[in-house]
Amino acid sequence: MDNSKEKNKALDEFTTGEYKYGFVTDIEADEAPMGLNEDIVRFISGKKNEPEWMLEYRLKAFRHWLTLSEPKWAHVNYPEINFQDIIYYSAPKKKKELESLDEVDPELLDTFNKLGISLDEQKMLAGVAVDAVIDSVSVKTTFQDTLAKHGIIFCSFSEAVQDHPELVKKYMGSVVPYTDNYYSALNAAVFSDGSFCYIPNGVRCPIELSTYFRINAANTGQFERTLLVADENSYVSYLEGCTAPQRDENQLHAAVVEIIAMKGAEVKYSTVQNWYPGDKEGRGGIFNFVTKRGICEGDNSKISWTQVETGSAVTWKYPSCILKGNNSIGEFYSVAVTNNYQQADTGTKMIHLGKNTKSTIISKGISAGKSNNSYRGLVQISKKADNARNFSQCDSLLLGDKCGAHTFPYIKTNNSTAIVEHEATTSKISEDQLFYCQQRGIDMEKAIGLIVNGYAKEVLNKLPMEFAVEAQKLLAITLEGSVG
Amino acid sequence: MLNKTENLLQGHLLKHIEENGSLLNKGWQNSSLREEAFSTFKKIGLPTSKNEKWRGTNLSKLYSKEIVFEKSAGEYNKNLDEIFVCEVQGFDTQTVSMLNGWFYSSENEKLVIHENGLIVGSIFAAQQQFPELFDKHFNTVAKTDTHGLIAANAALFTDGLFIYVPDGVIVEKAIQLIKMINRDDNLMVNSRNLIVLGKNSQLSFLHCDDSINQSPSFINTVTEVVISENAHFCLHKLQNVNDASSLINSTFIKQEKNSTSKVNVITYNGGLIRNELYVDLVGEGADADLNGVYLMDKKQHIDNQVYVKHAVPNCTSSELFKGVLDEEASGVFNGYIFVERDAQNTVAFQQNNNILLSSNAKIDTQPFLEIYADDVKCSHGATVGQLDTEALFYMKQRGIGHDDALLLLMFAFTAEVTSKIGIESLRQSIEDMIKKRLRGELSICDKCVLHCSIPDHPIEFDIDLSKI
Repeated sequence: MDNSKEKNKALDEFTTGEYKYGFVTDIEADEAPMGLNEDIVRFISGKKNEPEWMLEYRLKAFRHWLTLSEPKWAHVNYPEINFQDIIYYSAPKKKKELESLDEVDPELLDTFNKLGISLDEQKMLAGVAVDAVIDSVSVKTTFQDTLAKHGIIFCSFSEAVQDHPELVKKYMGSVVPYTDNYYSALNAAVFSDGSFCYIPNGVRCPIELSTYFRINAANTGQFERTLLVADENSYVSYLEGCTAPQRDENQLHAAVVEIIAMKGAEVKYSTVQNWYPGDKEGRGGIFNFVTKRGICEGDNSKISWTQVETGSAVTWKYPSCILKGNNSIGEFYSVAVTNNYQQADTGTKMIHLGKNTKSTIISKGISAGKSNNSYRGLVQISKKADNARNFSQCDSLLLGDKCGAHTFPYIKTNNSTAIVEHEATTSKISEDQLFYCQQRGIDMEKAIGLIVNGYAKEVLNKLPMEFAVEAQKLLAITLEGSVG
Repeated sequence: MLNKTENLLQGHLLKHIEENGSLLNKGWQNSSLREEAFSTFKKIGLPTSKNEKWRGTNLSKLYSKEIVFEKSAGEYNKNLDEIFVCEVQGFDTQTVSMLNGWFYSSENEKLVIHENGLIVGSIFAAQQQFPELFDKHFNTVAKTDTHGLIAANAALFTDGLFIYVPDGVIVEKAIQLIKMINRDDNLMVNSRNLIVLGKNSQLSFLHCDDSINQSPSFINTVTEVVISENAHFCLHKLQNVNDASSLINSTFIKQEKNSTSKVNVITYNGGLIRNELYVDLVGEGADADLNGVYLMDKKQHIDNQVYVKHAVPNCTSSELFKGVLDEEASGVFNGYIFVERDAQNTVAFQQNNNILLSSNAKIDTQPFLEIYADDVKCSHGATVGQLDTEALFYMKQRGIGHDDALLLLMFAFTAEVTSKIGIESLRQSIEDMIKKRLRGELSICDKCVLHCSIPDHPIEFDIDLSKI
């Protein structure tokens, strides 16, 4: 049938697009020798002029890491990682403190321009403070003054270790301890840098905070660590977005994000992840093994995760909420797109500890090419969590007959007053909808784009404006290939 | 790695196989099966809660008990027939019995060959009399290396039921297997059933596990079912063992083209019950309809594992499991729909609903989907909750007492599954048993565990339904 041929062609074009953001920036990197041992941990710590307690923490984590073995339970396959074959520290050559954009390495600025996110443009137009992280070291921090007025601390993790050791000491590892899992232990031992954010009591952060991650030099593991503390009755919306240059060797990314929401605080954490997914044959690409977790420490607090996952060769990521305070709320909105040979095993954990806690999970998986996309989520209602409520919906959309879509929900209920609902569907793109669009003069390519974007709308709507645009672009690029 | 307490059972099993292997193999045509299974068992060992699939079920209690084995069949005693009799009252079936893991019948009834070619009897007798038929199907559906208990079963099984339905034969009367344990010590029973349905045939089968006293026992059963083209198979599993007993029931079903299977697992009572159901849809147009109800209280534990594999296009499957958990009971449901590449036009549905009645009851539910084909309609759902308070209020408003209203709601909750039972008398009897169970009357009776209803005295709720 002509129609089906045309459709297949359109699907092919949609699903075989090359990664548009593949390029390497030539900046001299200050690298650690390859491999991992206690000396490397000391080297990294020394590079950052860290105090003794920080080094001790790293070493403890490293020694614990040595006792662990790689987790194998995820529904992903990848060649074994040789952890001695990785450079654990790489920083763009340190220049003197920068006052304005003119002083920034022009090549770096060019990188941002290629990505369509120039610092100054964002600064002026979007009103977003960008703490840009290229290969582990913060290069540029903007809007520091505005934030300082409100008493908000937003800086790189290494600065926080120097300037606010009491806060870092108190909260670091409190949500994701180094003993949590293999990659969190590794991160705690060798994390290079990251962001730190503290919102004081009663402050509503006037702008959306954003870090911009980027993996640059070859063979460099990126070990980010983000710590976000929202004190009582505060509010913050935090954005994180990533792209990475095209490389043939797999790069490891093992980040840790910790969020603490005190009484009445609300944290909104949005991610757009578009790292290099490998080429059409499945060569190369980023291994993204991330531990993200937030705790609703106080009553009436709220943590909301929104993620758009389009990149990485292998994703292993479960942004979670521990709902400890009474009446606290956890939310998880996710769109995960896999194409070619990408593999994603992603989802969330909602752990209800407090009374009257609520959680919502909306997950939309889209698989194309020969990819595998899994949702894996835990909803746990503990014995004391009276009147807990959860609603989960996980839908999967299949484009093409060589891909896989999987759903692995775990529901553990220990309390008779809990109401937990889970529903999921798996289906292919609707023939009726395609026909309807085509009938009205929308060609096959655009129709698929339209339907996929509509399918993900529920989640995209949760993103802040600036991000929603980028996310839609990414969806288009990931799926629509030449059309994007 | 097994710890010390777990080693106890493992050690018992290994010792038993080594010491009595030749005894177990006496009279068996194909002895290599047991040997292979034994080496598999030695390699994989017993499952532990560290194994992902066993995480929700605590086996340490089971593993730490001393066990005994019944090494040979007991003498056939006609008087014992009586204890099996009352089970049959409610519904018209032809019964076969097993006592302590051994086929229980008079010598000339070990293997009955009916006029239409239907063969029903002991699996031991079957492999002697019909070696070709037996070898063709035995151990072709069950996978010995699934886990240690299945391997142990293959190495240790004593006897079991064999049913062969020839092509085109429709078995009018359901066949009922009643399994009894009457030992006072902790007896471990490994039995194995093989059911083969020829083309265009039809069979209803009731599989009842009962205990006769309050003594502990450990029943480990593996059932293989081969359903040929256009054949229709219906399985009702009724489980009613005492609180000290453990029941591990693994059923493997293979379905050819346009065949159907209907499975209803009704669990009334039991200390630890795990039902594993593996359905392989290997012929186009096959349909599997799998349902379950479980009613647990005290410290009972129920674990339902349902794996449906769509290997070819155009198959349908449905899973509906519902449970009520009270007191300190715990439950696990793990549904698994696996759609292979190219198994297009698959329609698969999976649902697990639970009601928790007490704050100490708990449920883990894991409805999994693994899908590699794009033209499929798969959905699953799971809920955990309480009875509808508005419905409760509605009934109370109309003068129905709180307890009665609760009963009625719980009964209605389970009725979605029981209403699917095709045999009218059986459905009636099962519903009566559920009513009794919900009223708390169905703790194991002193003498008899067969809580069959007497047709003259139907069980009614003391509710004036005219008010609703």
